[in-house]
Amino acid sequence: MKDEIIRTENLSFTYESDGDEVLVEDKLRGVKNISLSVKRGEYVAVLGHNGSGKSTLAKLLNMIISPDSGKIFIDGVDVTAEDFTEDDVYNTRRKIGMVFQNPDNQLVATVVEEDVAFGPENLGLPREEIRRRVNSALDKVGMTAYAHHAPHKLSGGQKQRVAIAGIIAMKPEVIIFDESTAMLDPLGRRDVVGIMEQLNREEGITVINITHYMDEAARADRVVIINDGQIAADGTTREVFSKVELLHKMGLESTQGNELLYSLGLSGEKISGEGLTSEECVEAILGYLQGKVK
Amino acid sequence: MISDITLGQFFPGYSPLHKLDPRTKIILAVLSIVAIFFANNAVSFALLTLAAVVMIAISRISFKVILRGIRPIIIILLFTAVLNILMTDGKGTPLVEFWIISIYTEGIVRAVFMALRVVLLIVITSMLLTYTTSPISLTDGLESLLSPLKVIRVPVHTFAMMMSIALRFIPTLIEETEKIMNAQKSRGADFSSGGLIKRAKALIPILIPLIVSSFKRAEELATAMECRCYRGDKNRTKLVKLQFKGRDIVWFLAIAAITAGIILLSILPYKFVSPGIIYDIAFFKI
Repeated sequence: MKDEIIRTENLSFTYESDGDEVLVEDKLRGVKNISLSVKRGEYVAVLGHNGSGKSTLAKLLNMIISPDSGKIFIDGVDVTAEDFTEDDVYNTRRKIGMVFQNPDNQLVATVVEEDVAFGPENLGLPREEIRRRVNSALDKVGMTAYAHHAPHKLSGGQKQRVAIAGIIAMKPEVIIFDESTAMLDPLGRRDVVGIMEQLNREEGITVINITHYMDEAARADRVVIINDGQIAADGTTREVFSKVELLHKMGLESTQGNELLYSLGLSGEKISGEGLTSEECVEAILGYLQGKVK
Repeated sequence: MISDITLGQFFPGYSPLHKLDPRTKIILAVLSIVAIFFANNAVSFALLTLAAVVMIAISRISFKVILRGIRPIIIILLFTAVLNILMTDGKGTPLVEFWIISIYTEGIVRAVFMALRVVLLIVITSMLLTYTTSPISLTDGLESLLSPLKVIRVPVHTFAMMMSIALRFIPTLIEETEKIMNAQKSRGADFSSGGLIKRAKALIPILIPLIVSSFKRAEELATAMECRCYRGDKNRTKLVKLQFKGRDIVWFLAIAAITAGIILLSILPYKFVSPGIIYDIAFFKI
């Protein structure tokens, strides 16, 4: 399919330990038989608790690690093919940007502006083009005023915005956020999630948000749940979050609204309707109460 | 806070000296060092001192800061000066003769020159490099100047990248050290009492977590850089390109002229100047 930007087929990967001691953590983190297809322009959340293998999936997609078995297609190109060279990796990687968890460990330069320029510089773009991209990327994340600041003096959320600008400046087709909000305060989180959505809606960039925050995942169009390295659920956000029991089995929770309706259901109040957002939940309960009064 | 310390003593500013291309400044520093070592007479030292004073005036860095830079070496200066005064044998009659000590004019002159040489060395190089050039532009300058070495496969770009990443992570690691210290203190660690060995031992619980986390950081950074398509300097362009401007040429010519003059003065026999008292003072050769 032409509008398919990422496809994986039966992807498997296990971390091998070279010593006698096998890290339990590493054993857990592998992935098994992942078959996933992401369309251009989608906003997907990948949900899973710690050690579920969701970050491993991200690393596989960006060719940081190569799978033990299975295939990965990026924009229709098989990146797991035997004859895939270093140059091919480079050319494919520019289509996929990745924002990591710790903002400190992804900023390279001592000046914000130069850090944002790092990606475009690696792409060998002409100077004027780099300048244009840096300015527009900083503008998109609202960090223009900090262009000449030192990154270590910024807050966590601001650093992460700079890191995102560094990715935007490379003009990728997909941006994978690998737990990018996990280390941020609520304000920083809100900013970063806001930018994700803005990039998806306004720029048409495919966004994959790997997270363990339910409220973040609930804002995506589609949710993929990874449990023990396997896809446990894949569907629209509404579908996935309505399966409260399934989520509980995997040690996850649904949205607050869905959880409330579920608990009410357990205590005998069978409320029809869903609680993906708080508003929906309120409506469902109101409707139920009104029905009762009548 | 420890993280407030300025790195490498750089004083941000917009003076003409700050605006010079880092490559020019590195070249000027090398030229000045050559000139300082060739200088062996009063005229040469006067020229160099003048150059240093001009640099200080232009950079708008306070004189106090410069004195502070010299303070740590005062003892060495005094020591070498005293040795020079005592150990030099002169031609004429000694100025002071006492027991086994005899002091000659030559000794005093040599001591003054020696001290001046060390002070000028520190003042001029720090004026040109450390005080007015940010570490990062210094790295850029070095990379650019050494780039011809790429022909013989010296990984100049890699070294420059390593340097700039090291500089980038110094504040981050200082912050982390502070965190770890506080964490250990809250568990009752004591860093400030006991003898030298006890204090050194107390640092182990700080160093080990710091080293472990640095490795983790390094791995994450490498992954992030790879994801941003980094592959060394292959086909790499730069946002900011170093460019020589008119002022670079002016400074270069001025310092080059001084250096050339000093070298000439030090190797020319002064036959053309009639010997006399003025000759002795101005061109006193050591």
